Amino acid sequence: MLVFTLRRCVQSIAVLLLMSLLVFVSVYAIGNPIDILISADADQIERARVIAAFGLDQPLWVQYFYFIKNALAGDMGRSFVYATPAMGLILERLPATLELAVSAMLIAVVIGLPLGLWAGLRPQSMTSKTIMTVSIFGFSLPTFWVGLMLIMVFAVQLGWLPTGGRGQTALLFGVPFGFLTWDGLKHLMMPAFNLSLFNIALIIRLTRAGTQEALLQDYIKFARAKGLRNRRIVGVHVLKNILIPIVTVVALQFGSIIAFSIVTESIFAWPGVGKLLIDSIRVLDRPVIVAFLSLIVVIFIGLNLCVDLLYSLLDPRVRLSEAKG
Amino acid sequence: MFKKITAADTPFSRFLQAFFGSKLATFGFVLLVLILLAAVLAPFIAPQNPYDLEHLDIMDSNLEPGKKSLDGLAYLLGTDDQGRDMLSAILYGLRISVMVGATSTVIALGIGLSLGLLAGYAGGRIEALIMRVADIQLAFPPILVALILLALTGRGVDKIIIALVTVQWAYYARTTRSTALVERKKEYIEAARLLGLSPLRIMFRHLLPNCLPPLIVIAALQVASAISLEATLSFLGLGLPVTEPSLGLLISNGFQYLMSGKYWISFFPGVALLVTVIAINLVADQLRDVLNPRLQVQ
Repeated sequence: MLVFTLRRCVQSIAVLLLMSLLVFVSVYAIGNPIDILISADADQIERARVIAAFGLDQPLWVQYFYFIKNALAGDMGRSFVYATPAMGLILERLPATLELAVSAMLIAVVIGLPLGLWAGLRPQSMTSKTIMTVSIFGFSLPTFWVGLMLIMVFAVQLGWLPTGGRGQTALLFGVPFGFLTWDGLKHLMMPAFNLSLFNIALIIRLTRAGTQEALLQDYIKFARAKGLRNRRIVGVHVLKNILIPIVTVVALQFGSIIAFSIVTESIFAWPGVGKLLIDSIRVLDRPVIVAFLSLIVVIFIGLNLCVDLLYSLLDPRVRLSEAKG
Repeated sequence: MFKKITAADTPFSRFLQAFFGSKLATFGFVLLVLILLAAVLAPFIAPQNPYDLEHLDIMDSNLEPGKKSLDGLAYLLGTDDQGRDMLSAILYGLRISVMVGATSTVIALGIGLSLGLLAGYAGGRIEALIMRVADIQLAFPPILVALILLALTGRGVDKIIIALVTVQWAYYARTTRSTALVERKKEYIEAARLLGLSPLRIMFRHLLPNCLPPLIVIAALQVASAISLEATLSFLGLGLPVTEPSLGLLISNGFQYLMSGKYWISFFPGVALLVTVIAINLVADQLRDVLNPRLQVQ
């Protein structure tokens, strides 16, 4: 187990270095940062001063070294637009994005798991067939368009929910969260549901397949023969065994939920990291883009590492095959 | 049960029979053909050329679906803020969306397939390198990879195609490799090698045809997700430039009018996108069932 963990950590660090090189080359080597940093009417002396100040007269590998050094210290430069440190700007908005992502995941599990169980237990019933047909839409509907339609129906036509924004927030451990106030909840509902659509469909399908498979196993037959009540069989014996793949998928999907929240945040004007990124791309605020890229790469590699380790913990076969290969 | 083999009983006719055995798939296929026809023939069947300013009249702007304009022409799906007929705009947009989706899929298929064959046939370091790169890339969600690329390169038809290809190639490379690994050990490859054929010829003439069925299915599914992804990126203002108004851009354009109750500018392009994606998925699903060798044995 220790060897496996160590090997995975080394792999992750290697990928991290590779990605930092990619980010560095694509941002600093393509396009000239001097043109962005210095205004067009600056004189020669001013130009030379700025170039020296940013270390742009150094060879590329020295610049890369400083880039890494600064990045490790959390310094990704200052935003051109807000004139504050780029990393701070992003961290400030991270709670909003995480709140949205966690709510979406919760909604997906709370809706998806029971529906999937139902569809798996009674595959022939009309309800199950309806559930499965609707879940196909979850996969094929363009999520951003569903978001627009949600706004159209619930905000414009019915006027029940606000069209966007985060609403009132309350402090929890010094961090503002929206779900603590009624107004914040109302703002959270639509974007979170929109973001969860794909995962509802995914969890329904996984749960249904898992349930159908589990029902054929001997331990279920044995439990029935023992005379256990149906509720206990489903709630304990079936559920326990289908949870492992679902937990894994939920963990894996969390990353793509964060990625997709970029779209949802733009639609619902949710003041999170994703909206910041899109706004920064529009005005070419490079330090913010770089800071976002670095952060998201770290998050993803960390997430993948966690999932790998968790998986090897839950399923020893993964560990063994790795050790052999 | 033995079936009599007739002249018409070729593998292809059996494939057709199996494919059109499902009503839903037939429906999807017909729908897809109609969509493709509409996309290709857009300049001929659209009521007006939506980007020829001579045909646009600002007096006709923001008309509701079915309303008649001043010169007595009815706009079936309404008009946008420029007085542009939405039906025509959608037909032209469909053309761009389908073109971008299909082109990127074909290029990605070519690249992924070649790298996958190379990895599967050559093995060793080359295989490790290609597969590691594919693994790393697949760890990141497609939308994120495409978004990062477009953030760095800017928008444009060529750039979004590059982004969509980058997102897709790894799927093909992995699938091709896994099939190639199985096929490589079979006797016909050994025979071809003993005949002294060049590795390229063995890879593309002997190995490739046997790796194709799963690739066709994935490619079909990927066209749908490429179209969807392009629409999403264009909606965010990162995909296609305004000179190439795909369905995503039309939806994005209508977004600001949605708040004032003018739903049709966003709604109908979205429906067109939805129908296209569903039609492709229906066809791809049936292809998967028909081409799956495990299901054919029975």
